[in-house]
This record gives sequence, structure tokens and C-alpha cells, in this order.
Amino acid sequence: MKTTDAPAPPPIFAPPRVSPRCWPVVLRNWLVWKKLALPSLLGNIAEPLIILVAFGYGLGALVGRINDLPYIVFLASGSICMSTMYAASFEAMYSAFSRMQMQKTWDSILNAPIALDDIVLAEMLWAGIKSLISATAIAAVLVALDISRAPTLLVALPVLFLVGLTFAGIALVFNALAKGYDFFTYYFTLVLTPMTFLSGVYFPIDQLPRWLQQVAAVLPLSAAVELVRPLVIGGRPARWWQPLAVLLVYAVSAFWIALALTRRRFLR
Amino acid sequence: MNTPLFRAEGLVKHYNGQRVVDDLSLAIAPGECLGVIGPNGAGKTTTLRMCLGLVVPDAGRISIFGLPVPESVREAKKRIGVVTQFDSLDPDFSCAENLRVFGSYFGLPRALIAERVPRLLEFAALQSKAGARPGELSGGMKRRLSLARALINDPDLLLLDEPTTGLDPQARHLMWERLKALLQQGKSILLTTHFMDEAERLCDRLVVIDRGRKIAEGTPRGLIAEHLEPDVVEVYGEGAAACAAEHGALAQRVETSGDTVFFYLRQAHRLLDVVAERRDIRTLHRPANLEDLFLKLAGRQIRDDA
Repeated sequence: MKTTDAPAPPPIFAPPRVSPRCWPVVLRNWLVWKKLALPSLLGNIAEPLIILVAFGYGLGALVGRINDLPYIVFLASGSICMSTMYAASFEAMYSAFSRMQMQKTWDSILNAPIALDDIVLAEMLWAGIKSLISATAIAAVLVALDISRAPTLLVALPVLFLVGLTFAGIALVFNALAKGYDFFTYYFTLVLTPMTFLSGVYFPIDQLPRWLQQVAAVLPLSAAVELVRPLVIGGRPARWWQPLAVLLVYAVSAFWIALALTRRRFLR
Repeated sequence: MNTPLFRAEGLVKHYNGQRVVDDLSLAIAPGECLGVIGPNGAGKTTTLRMCLGLVVPDAGRISIFGLPVPESVREAKKRIGVVTQFDSLDPDFSCAENLRVFGSYFGLPRALIAERVPRLLEFAALQSKAGARPGELSGGMKRRLSLARALINDPDLLLLDEPTTGLDPQARHLMWERLKALLQQGKSILLTTHFMDEAERLCDRLVVIDRGRKIAEGTPRGLIAEHLEPDVVEVYGEGAAACAAEHGALAQRVETSGDTVFFYLRQAHRLLDVVAERRDIRTLHRPANLEDLFLKLAGRQIRDDA
């Protein structure tokens, strides 16, 4: 019997081959979320609300104004970015890992005419959408509490969607490497938590030592805060293309790396 | 044979330096049910995953409906239905929602899906469970829902990986009945199993694989006729070993496994006559089956890697 040579497997870093076929997968996650929408939304609003009340009103009375802003406005504009980051990261780690590893949802989707690249893109889009939903809920709270009523708040929402996509992409890199849920704890405590303190959420970056400021300058969360804070206040971000470029570079390269590592995990 | 619907040639796959699939070739004609039988770890699931483009073979070629795999696997999958060895139903969706959402992955129009879902639930005998979630279903119901889900795109070819493993006898029989109905509708099936009775009932043709290699191929009856004597007498009990020593010459072949002696014969009556008087043994006379074939070809020993 003759043995024919099979085509060489495509290298894992081959360009993404995505298609509109990813939409039914996004929709699938949306349908599941809809079943638990209310408790999920309440959870998303409760935490930032607690932070705002405790730090904003409590600490704000001691701190006074920062950069000519009431502390609660300063904090609110930072914490909406932080909440978006956490919402996207949770979804693209714990929830995506459940679908990928525990429920074998990805495996069943792969039996339909949908490729792995589409599934990874769908997970990134869905985590972005979910984080946008919670960002919108928080924005509504800011309006309700009269913390911000700036019309530019509406411009902040698409920016926050990009922030969600970026952190979803980074989370999917770790998802592709994970052997279990424990692994994600390291990411949250060693990467995300320190990042919130270096990104101008609670206090301005210029309070940091010079070398840490340089680190902060390239962090995706500080880029997010740099864009969103002026929009919450009602202004326009200065040199907006810089932080926007930082977010885009993170989003695109994270997606590509996540895709490569997921291919390595699946297509052996 | 007609032009094959499915053809795999010279498949090879290594994992960690070990050959799990070794120069394997398979073909399925339209309307045919091909059984791939072999023990656990024989390479059955890996072979199926290669056919779906989920594992890239080290060598070999696969074409389904004339489309090369993995290059055009997305196109081919529109006409394939898959039931995997382990259920991967969506736990958050009801039975009906599971079917609907899966239909959406094929890009099927909503109206078409809405029309198919009740018919598939009926086919799977799950009409009363349309609103139930998979967690509330028995093992047999879950398998039938998995089969119904694999039919949402009205596929021409079904790939079934051990579809009845872990089911009780009633559930297995119901599954077999449904698979026979699908064959009557003209669908082609590639079925992996390690149940010989399942292969005998459903498959037109069988490929026996062991350690990734094809060790025999043919119709179930043809394989038995080719490799085995038609009659088997199993002898159990204290006197079994002595019986083998005394009467072994009456059989074409004698095998011992634990306390049981298997006599393979062309004519069983002479042996049955001489052992009828013995009180220290019990006997079972039966026709040879695929299990005997498999044990002859692959050996009786339990393997570490199985």
C-alpha cells in the first residue's frame, strides 16, 4: 500500500482565518447569558458601586480634589475602566475555560462547519460585548448619581468596548495555556491587581516613582483610563491616538498569540 | 462498490513517538454502514478526529464527498453529522434549544430549524423532554439527543464514535433501531465500537483495527467464515482443563482463558456427546461470533495501555 504525504500542518502562527461563521457562537453565549442576565448585571453594578461609595465619598472627603476634579469623579472614571477589564477577563478566562475544557462546547462546535479561529474570535467578541454591557450599566449609575452627565459619556462606551476586547484577548492567551482554574488566580493577583494600582484608577500616575511611571505608560489599563477619564468628565482626551494605539496593539497581538496557543492546544 | 463517499488512504499518526494510527485506509460507499472495531486505544477516535480535520495526520490522504480534508473540511462538514464518544450537550439549554443552537452553527435558516426540531425530538423519542435540560436526562436520552443534534443539518454521512458505550440494554436497542432507520433513509454511517454484537447488527462491512493497524476487513459473516470455525463450545468448571487435554483433538482449535476452555469446531456434536456425561463441567454451545474473531486476531491478554 502506498503512503502519500499529507500536507504539512499549518504553522500555529499562520494568519487568522476568521469568517462571519463566528456570529452564531457569539449568539450562543448571549443566549446563555440572557437566562441569568439580572443577577449577573446586579453583580456587575454592585461592586463598582461599593467602591464608589466607600472610596469616593469616604476617602474623597479626606482627599478633596485631584487634578481639579472631585475625587469621586476621578475614581468613577477610573473604576469604570477597571470594571470593564475585570468583566472581560472573567468571561474570557473562567467562562471560556468552562466552555472549552469542562463542557466541551468548543469540541461540539468544531463538529459543525465552524473553525477554531472563529471560535476564539467569537469568545473575544462575546467577552467584549459582555464587558460593554456592564460598562453601560455602570455608566447609567454614574448618570443616576449625578457623578457624570457629560454627553461624551456615550463616546466612552465604544472605547470601553475596545478595552474589553483587549483584556479578553489577553485573557484568552492564558486560557489557552491553562490546565485548570487555579492558573487564573495568578493572573488576577499578580497581573491585574497590581495593574489597577499603576494605571491611575485610584490615584494619578504622576504620584509614582519615575521608573514606575514609565512602566505604567505602556500598560493597557492606563491607556484605557487616559482615554476614558476625559470623556467621563466631558472633555476630549489629549493626544488620544497614543493610548488608542497602545490598546489596538495589545488587542491585535493578544488575539494572534491566543489563537496560536489555542491552535497548538487543539490541533495536534 | 460505487464511488466512495468517503475515502482515507494510508493514514499515519504518531503521538509522543508512538504510532497510534499506522497506514490505515478506509472507504465508505453511499448508503453503507462501515464499522471500525477495535479495543480501547486502537486508534479509532484519533482516526475519526483526523476525518474531521481536528487532528492533522503525519501522512495519508482523506477525501469526503470528493473534498480534500483538512483543506475543505468546512465545506464537507455541512453534510456530516457527528456523535462523539462523550456527550457535549449544552447544559444551559433545553433539549429543543440544544438542537436550535446547533442548527445555527450550520447557518441554517430559522424556519428550517423550527421545522426540523420537533421531528428530531420525535425521532429521538424525546417529545416530552423538549423543555428539559440535559442534566435531567438519562444516559440513553442524552445519547439520542446527541444523535438528533447530529441530524439537524440532514447530513449524508454520520460519524459515530462508540454511540452506545455506557448504555443499558433497552437504551442500546432503541439506539440501534434509530440507526437502522437512518440507514434505510439512505444515509451512510461510519461507526466505531468495541461491541461485537453492535457491529454485527448494524454494519455492512467491518474493519478490524488493533494498535492502529488494519488486521482484517470484510462483511461480519464473511470475516467469521474466513477466520473461524462455525461452532464454539465453551467449557467451564473444575474439569475444564482435563476436558481440554482429553478431547482437544476433536476440535480444530482450542483456547484457554482463565478457567474457561473454548473449543472451535466444524462439527460440535461429537464433542458434545462425549462431554455430556461429565459432572465436573458446564458447557455452552453457540455459533462463532465477532468477539471470537477479534480475540483470535488481537489476542486475549489485557494490555497495559488499554
